[in-house]
Amino acid sequence: MQTQSEIGYNSKIEGDVVITRIDAALAWFQKNSVWPMPMGLACCGIELMAVGASRFDISRFGSEVMRFSPRQSDCMIVAGTVTYKMALAVKRIYDQMPEPKWVIAMGACASSGGMYRSYAVLQGIDQLLPVDVYVSGCPPRPEALLEGLMKLQEKISGERSFSSQKRGLIGKIEALV
Amino acid sequence: MTGAELLASLGKFLGTKIEEQIEFRGETALMIAPRDLREAASFCKEELSFDYLIDISSVDNFGNEPRFEVVYELYSMTLAVHLRLKLRVSEDDPTVDTISDIWPTANWHEREIYDMMGLRFKGHPDLRRILMWEGYPYFPLRKEFPLEGKPSEMPDVAFTSAAPMEGGPFVTQPSTATAKDREPRARRPVEE
Repeated sequence: MQTQSEIGYNSKIEGDVVITRIDAALAWFQKNSVWPMPMGLACCGIELMAVGASRFDISRFGSEVMRFSPRQSDCMIVAGTVTYKMALAVKRIYDQMPEPKWVIAMGACASSGGMYRSYAVLQGIDQLLPVDVYVSGCPPRPEALLEGLMKLQEKISGERSFSSQKRGLIGKIEALV
Repeated sequence: MTGAELLASLGKFLGTKIEEQIEFRGETALMIAPRDLREAASFCKEELSFDYLIDISSVDNFGNEPRFEVVYELYSMTLAVHLRLKLRVSEDDPTVDTISDIWPTANWHEREIYDMMGLRFKGHPDLRRILMWEGYPYFPLRKEFPLEGKPSEMPDVAFTSAAPMEGGPFVTQPSTATAKDREPRARRPVEE
């Protein structure tokens, strides 16, 4: 089919076309390139390095770009024991990450304080940050973290970031149509 | 000079200042008064070749007087001799002279003891907390301090709250029981 309009669809020029919602496209882009902020604080950090290395290879899930700058990362992986002395530094780094952002609490310590029921350890990073996925284990196997990442991808693919942020704009477009 | 001669000359130097001499498994510990520490320490370093300060530790004998004990672990690299100097420190005047000018490594050891046990070191060049943050109001290794901690608040620096113990503390109970029964596990609180 050929149309006369310039913005119309010409199959001879443009090839195959996928029609989707902008929310679904955005979520698909986001979930396949979640750049992690590796917040390695204890032994879970070593497992996190294993996840990045060739045997487990987090790049199969699009998350190989570990960014040590919070301004370039999407997902903070809190890997290890969060002491009270470190807790506000973790919070500050989280605050510097641009939206949209997610948090994975990796391992028992980051999720609940783990074995460290003591005066020095924050009893779970969820007291300071909104955690999306908890990964159990002490430390978790690399597969467990990958499973957690896949759970996070599932969560991201259900998000409607465009329609929730640009509700006013969509209203205007609908009014024009 | 052998190890035995070394200790004999130290005994001669200190004389009656040695309050107690303890021998344990071939190692010697000398109990001295806190005011004699600097004299004994510099003699050990300069004259007796105790060139290595392995560690300084502190003990809280809660309920006894004097309450605290500070232990200096000395080692002579050339003669391979250990020596332990012990001080008893009262709770009313918890100060000890610094020896960080004699062995520079004492600097951080003394800061750690100040941080955890609350003993002050007179003449220390930089007596700040080393593990907890400045402004934290407690000394966590004192016996009256609970393992789960106490609430504290330092705006923009740090906060603490008491940890839920959930049947803990999860520590090994000292006993002659088998490993299975000694093991740290949740125990029901004792009914009173």
